[in-house]
Formats: sequence, structure tokens, C-alpha cells
Amino acid sequence: MSTTPVKFYQVGSFAVGNRLLPAAAGSVQSDMERTNALTSGHRACQGCGEALGARYAMDAAMRAANDKVIAVNATGCLEVFSTPYPESSWRIAWLHSLFGNAPAVATGVAAALRAKGRTEVRVIGQGGDGATVDIGFGPLSGMFERNDDVLYICYDNEAYMNTGVQRSGATPAAARTATTQAVGPEPGNVFGQGKNVPRIAMAHEIPYVATATVADLRDLEAKVARAMEFRGARYLHVLVPCPLGWGSQSCDTVKIARLATQSGLFPVFEAERGEVVSSTPIRQRVMVEEYLKLQGRYSHLFSPKRRDDVIDRLQAAADRNIKRYNLMPEEAGDL
Amino acid sequence: MEKPFAITLQVESSLANHTGSWRVERPQYVNLMPPCNNACPAGENVQKWLYTAEDGSYEEAWRALIVENPFPAIMGRVCYHPCQTVCSRGQLDEAVGINSVERFLGDLAIEKGWSIPVTAPSTGFKVLIIGAGPTGLSAAYHLRRMGHAVTIRDAADVAGGMMRFGIPKYRLPRNILNAEIARIEDMGVRFQLNHKVDNVQDAIDDGFDAVFLAVGAQIGKRAYIPAGEAARILDAVNVLHDVADGEAPLLGRKVVVYGGGNTAIDVARTAKRLGADEAMIVYRRTREKAPANDTEIQEAIEEGVLMKWLSTVKHADAGVLKIERMELDDKGFPQPTGEFEDLEADSLVLALGQEVDLSLVNNLPDVEVRDGVVHVDPNMMTGRAGIFAGGDMVPAERTVTTGVGHGKKAARNIDAWLRKEKFEKEPIPRVVEYSDLNPWYYTDAPHAVRPRLEGVRRASNFDEVVQGLDESTALYEARRCMSCGNCFECDNCFGVCPDNAVIKLGPGKGFEFNLDYCKGCGICVSECPSGSIIMIPEKS
Repeated sequence: MSTTPVKFYQVGSFAVGNRLLPAAAGSVQSDMERTNALTSGHRACQGCGEALGARYAMDAAMRAANDKVIAVNATGCLEVFSTPYPESSWRIAWLHSLFGNAPAVATGVAAALRAKGRTEVRVIGQGGDGATVDIGFGPLSGMFERNDDVLYICYDNEAYMNTGVQRSGATPAAARTATTQAVGPEPGNVFGQGKNVPRIAMAHEIPYVATATVADLRDLEAKVARAMEFRGARYLHVLVPCPLGWGSQSCDTVKIARLATQSGLFPVFEAERGEVVSSTPIRQRVMVEEYLKLQGRYSHLFSPKRRDDVIDRLQAAADRNIKRYNLMPEEAGDL
Repeated sequence: MEKPFAITLQVESSLANHTGSWRVERPQYVNLMPPCNNACPAGENVQKWLYTAEDGSYEEAWRALIVENPFPAIMGRVCYHPCQTVCSRGQLDEAVGINSVERFLGDLAIEKGWSIPVTAPSTGFKVLIIGAGPTGLSAAYHLRRMGHAVTIRDAADVAGGMMRFGIPKYRLPRNILNAEIARIEDMGVRFQLNHKVDNVQDAIDDGFDAVFLAVGAQIGKRAYIPAGEAARILDAVNVLHDVADGEAPLLGRKVVVYGGGNTAIDVARTAKRLGADEAMIVYRRTREKAPANDTEIQEAIEEGVLMKWLSTVKHADAGVLKIERMELDDKGFPQPTGEFEDLEADSLVLALGQEVDLSLVNNLPDVEVRDGVVHVDPNMMTGRAGIFAGGDMVPAERTVTTGVGHGKKAARNIDAWLRKEKFEKEPIPRVVEYSDLNPWYYTDAPHAVRPRLEGVRRASNFDEVVQGLDESTALYEARRCMSCGNCFECDNCFGVCPDNAVIKLGPGKGFEFNLDYCKGCGICVSECPSGSIIMIPEKS
């Protein structure tokens, strides 16, 4: 009789944990002793993707750096909801200065640690897409250029949510925000603008650039751990759905992030020294409509009149990502 | 509070802010009814024993299984596994091979000699069971576990009933059957074989407090078929019984079996094994409409059994049958076409269903008979207080598993009746639907099909046809269970909560919600793979 080696675990690696796996093979988040870097009592909205992403990333960084981490936070939702004076939700060394200077402050912290010979302490800069893509972009580029020993993590929720959902350089085309209303012949954010910061970071040829989402914890944790293996400037871009700004159900945060990856709209990949070295294949492909229709910021594409022309343009962008990052390797020949 | 230099905010001081007050709905862990458990005629808790087996705790899994069903090794061979038909995994890739894991556990128990201790104190009640088939044995087992003194009487010289005399040994090897019956005997059930009961009243007068009738349906139904004097017409039940007794009935080179049920298939396959060149099933309707289990039909075809659907036997003569072709009408009933053909056949075996030998209850006027079967109330009691009946002799689907389920149900009701109580079944929770699950988290993994002996080789002998899983494949199969409606500690809720409001209690202990901080976002519900968390409105 043929035998099948026992290697299958009932939820593969897709769930957070697995009682059948040895503890060492479990995710950081399945560990009862995880850091809980961002703990309970913070004032993020129900179902906040950023609160989730920040805890995932910082807990993984703490494990990778033997609990020796200093985080420098830009202004934004994450900073505001985690530290309303006089409370803090952080259980790690954490520093906030200004909206635009988090990469520069992180550079300074890294320089100070080097001067003191404390290079075992690792520095993480973090902020939302506003601080990263727009306001802190100059210092970020400088940090990359100098190859300062900092991992910078951008939690991308695709607009300025804290101040009332204004467009940022990371807002996707056709999305409605307070400053890109769903009016006129081309409603929502215009096509052809905005910045792709992971690719800009790659253009600096820094040691490591990666993207991740809150829908794939294992992948996110692996990328944080991988980033901590490098010295020098590293960049991690994490997609974090925002129920408030995206007009989605609070329970759908993880699902929407998953649909972003499975539609191809948000490619998950990693790059070293400017070259893409791997991408996460799409497992169950969906059309972009499946992703868009769960979000109020795209509702004008479906009513009062369905805008197939706009949906098709977004689909074309997803298809381009699939080809560009080889997200469907088995069908690469067909595309 | 004094803080060190440059420190402005105390670590985790946000714990003072109880964000649970924002909540309008709260999550709640639930245990729902998995479809497999709901479909099991024997009421097994399939999800529970698969879950237990998943980490290799096979004895514990087996003990969880036998709470409901004393025959895992038999079930793993002869059950038509309705659990697998409804398995949620079937909608993802392929149903979990529940039946094969059950067989693995059953065989392992026999190999290791695991026994079943009777821990309940003796009740002093004596119960008589008439019929040592699956139903009677199951009732005996459950009643014995409850502490009653149980006696089984059967007309045959060996226990097993239709499991022995109706099911050929290529489907159920006798060493397996004997081992699982012996385990019941070891529990202290008294067997009185070669002991046909003709008068139930006399048996009651022997000092029994309750009686359970489970004599099955043993008489082959006859259909009137005009036949010449030299035609050889046999009855399926008798053929199988003779083979079980070690006698080879004279069937000839070409055997025609008339009927479309599992018994017909068993006879045709047995005829091939006895050396017939040709065994053919003749059935008046189509394969789709045949009551036989489709796997059985498939295996028979693989062994070379011929199938003649939409045909009836109009006349039987020595060496030849006259067959009429049928057609299904609009309602799906077969109608004659007037087209005839001759079919060579040395013998015709009738497998047209079985009837209950009701002589047992003839002198019990309170026991009502309807349509040839004994009428029982919802508690399985006949019209005569203290006399219960189950299995093939009451209206039911006639399978071993249903019989085993009847035995259990009867045992619970007999126990309650003896104690002058009423058996109350626990309310059944809502049955899980596929839409309750989040299948994303289950890796794709097709089912480890049990190897089958190659058709031609197996047709020539009585070796067991379906071979078992070994440990690694059984484990693989058990782990394909999606654990519908019951937490399997995947840690997803613990991970996906943006507010750290899920408390992990440790292995085997599950999780709790920290309602001081849970904002009621519902991500844990959406991302629970097995649908084991629901949202309920917060009281305002």
C-alpha cells in the first residue's frame, strides 16, 4: 500500500496557529507570551486594520530582535489612537516627534545607538501613508539614500483617516475621499496620480523592500523577520484596511485585505537591492469587483449607474500587477 | 506618578480605558451541530472523535466513538456513510474519508485489545433482547453500560444476525465481526444462542423487566413469476445465508439476480466469487433509481457483474428467462413496452426485499402491526408496556447503521422506562451550513481513497475488497476535518483581534473574550474557519 507522509496540517499555514504544530513552528501571534506591543484600551475604531497590522509587525520585530526595539512613530491615526495624553497603549520603547520627520528621528536614534555601541538595539520607524508617502517623504528618501540602519514600516490605509479621510499620495484611483468626491464625469480620485513607494524604495537599491497585508499574518511575520536579518535601510509596506475611510464593515477588515491581494490590486512581494526576489502567488483569484463592492468609497461605481468603464480600468491595473509581479505563475503563459 | 527622564506616558496605561463600552454586539463561542453528526443514523459525534484522532490520541478517539456506537470496525466496512455525503469538505474539495478513519480506529482497537469496562453500578433490572443482529447487540451494549443485566436470545447458533448471514465476508471479514461481538460478551452480556423465541409472553414470565424485539426482516419477498417446472429460482437471503454457513448453493454458470438493492448486488458479487462465469443484475428501473448504494454498484461493475437496467423477468424456464424491456414514464415509474427478449440463465435469484417474521408477536394483541412491520411510538415502545422493538422489524431504512442507532435509542428509552422516567433527548443545536465557514484557511488536500483490490483478482475470492488506511493516511484523513461549528484552537480569533480582547487559555482550554476591551468589530467571527463564533446583540 502506498503511504502518504504525515505532513499535512488541517489549516495549512493560513490560520494564525495550529495545535498540531510544535510551538517553535507557530506564528508569533499564536504565542500566549507575545509582546502585545500595542495593547488593549487604544482608541482605534472597531475593526481597525492599522492597529492590527502594527501589533503584528511590532510583535514580530520584538521576537526577531530579542525584545530590543525602539519605535519612532510619525503623527497619524496610529500615534493619535495609541497615545491620547495621558495614556499609552505601547508596551515597547516608543517615541513620537512630528508628522514629517519620523525617518529622520529614527536615523538619529540609530546614530545615537551606534555611538553608544548599542547596535543590538534595533530601530523601527513607522507611520501611516500620509506621513510616509507625502509629508515625511523627503526624510524617508534621505534615510534610504544614506542606508541608515532603520526598518521603516508604512501602514497604508490609503488616505488621511485621522483628520477626516482626505486624499493622500497612496489613495487609489476612483476612490472617494473628502477631497476627491464622487462627482463629475470621472468621480473619485483621478487615475494616473499618486506614488508607489515600494517601487520608489526599490529605486534607492536599499537592502530590503517588501509588501504585506493584515490578511496574511505568516507572510507579514516572515517579512519582518527577514528584514531584521539585514542592516541598513529597509522598507515594509503593509496594507491595512480602514472601515471608517473605506466605508466597509468592521468585520470585513481582514477579508478586504485578502481580496486586495487575490484580485491583484495589491501585489505582495519582496525585493532585495532593487530587484524583486519573490512574490506571493494568488491562491483564489477574484475580479476587482469583488473587492470594490464591499467598500463605500467605490459605491459610485455601482449606483446609481454602473460604471463598467471605471471598473475595467481598475481591473486592467490589477491585471498589470499580476503580470508584473508574476502573481499567477501557473497561468503566466495565458496573460 | 514620577516618571523617568523624558518619559511622558506610562507603559500600557491605556488599559484604564475600557473600550468594551463601545460595543453593541458581542462575540460568543458556540458549539453547533456538524452536518456529519447530524446525518449519522447511529448518532455518532464524528467531529469529536476525528478531532481527538488528529493528534494521534487514537485510544481516546476510539473511546469517544464507542460512546455512541460499539462497532467501529464493522461500521468502517459496511456503513454507507451518510456523514460523508453531507460533509462540508465535499464542497471545498472532497468529503473527509470519515468511514475509513472509523475503520482504522476500530481495527486498531481490535489489534490492541482495548476493552470496555462497565463502570455503572448494577441497577437490578433485567432486560431480554430477542435477536442478536446489529440492533439487538447495540441495545445490549448500551443497556449493559447503563448497569442493567442483559440477556440476548437468537435462533441461530452464532450471533451477528444479518451482519453474518446477509453481508458477504468480502465486505465484512468474520474475524472482525467476531471480535466486536466478543467485546460485548466480555462486558457481561449473556448470550443464549440456538434459542428461538416463539412466545414473548413466556419470555417475560421468565422474570425480565423489559423486552426488546429486534429479529430483523429475514424472509425474502416473493414475486409471482410464471415458471417452468425445471426453472431454478432461489431466494437471495437463503443464498447469502448458505454461503455464510460454508455451503455453496448451486447457481450454475450464468446467474441472474432480480432486484436493485444492496442484497441483489451482494448476491451477484458472491455468485462471481463462487465461480459463475456470468452474474447479471436485472432491475426494472435505472441505475440512478436503484436503491443499492452507488459504491457497491460501481465495485460490482468493476468486478465484471453485468447490469441490465429497465428490465423485468416475465417468465422463467430451465436455462432461459424471458425479459421485458421497461421505460420510465413522466413520473419516473417503469412501464412495460411489450418488447421481449430471451436471456440465458442457469438460475434466477430473487432479491426483491425482505419481510418480517411476525409470528413472534402474533399472540401479543397489544402490539400493533402495520404494513408488515411492528408499530412503535416515538420512544420505540410497542402497544404493550415494557415491550420495545427496533431495527428492520419497525419502519426504518434497513441498514446496519440505522439498526445500531435504533439499539441505542431503544436502550435509552428502556432505561428511562425502567426507572419510571421519560427519556429526554438533548436539544440539537443549529446545523452548520457551508456559509458559516471561512474555507480560505483550509489548505487544499484531496482525500486518501482507500485502496481497492483490483477488480478481477478480488472477484475470484472472498478476500476483503476495501483495504484499510495505515496510520499515516488515517491521520492525514482525520486532519482534513474542518471541525464545522466547533473550535479546533487554530488561534485565528486570538490573532486577528485588533484590540487584544481574546484571551488564549492554553492548549485544550480554548479562548475567552475580554469584554472590557472587545469593541464588537466581528473580525473574529468573519475569520473563524469553523464558524464557531457568533455575534449576539448587546443588551441595551
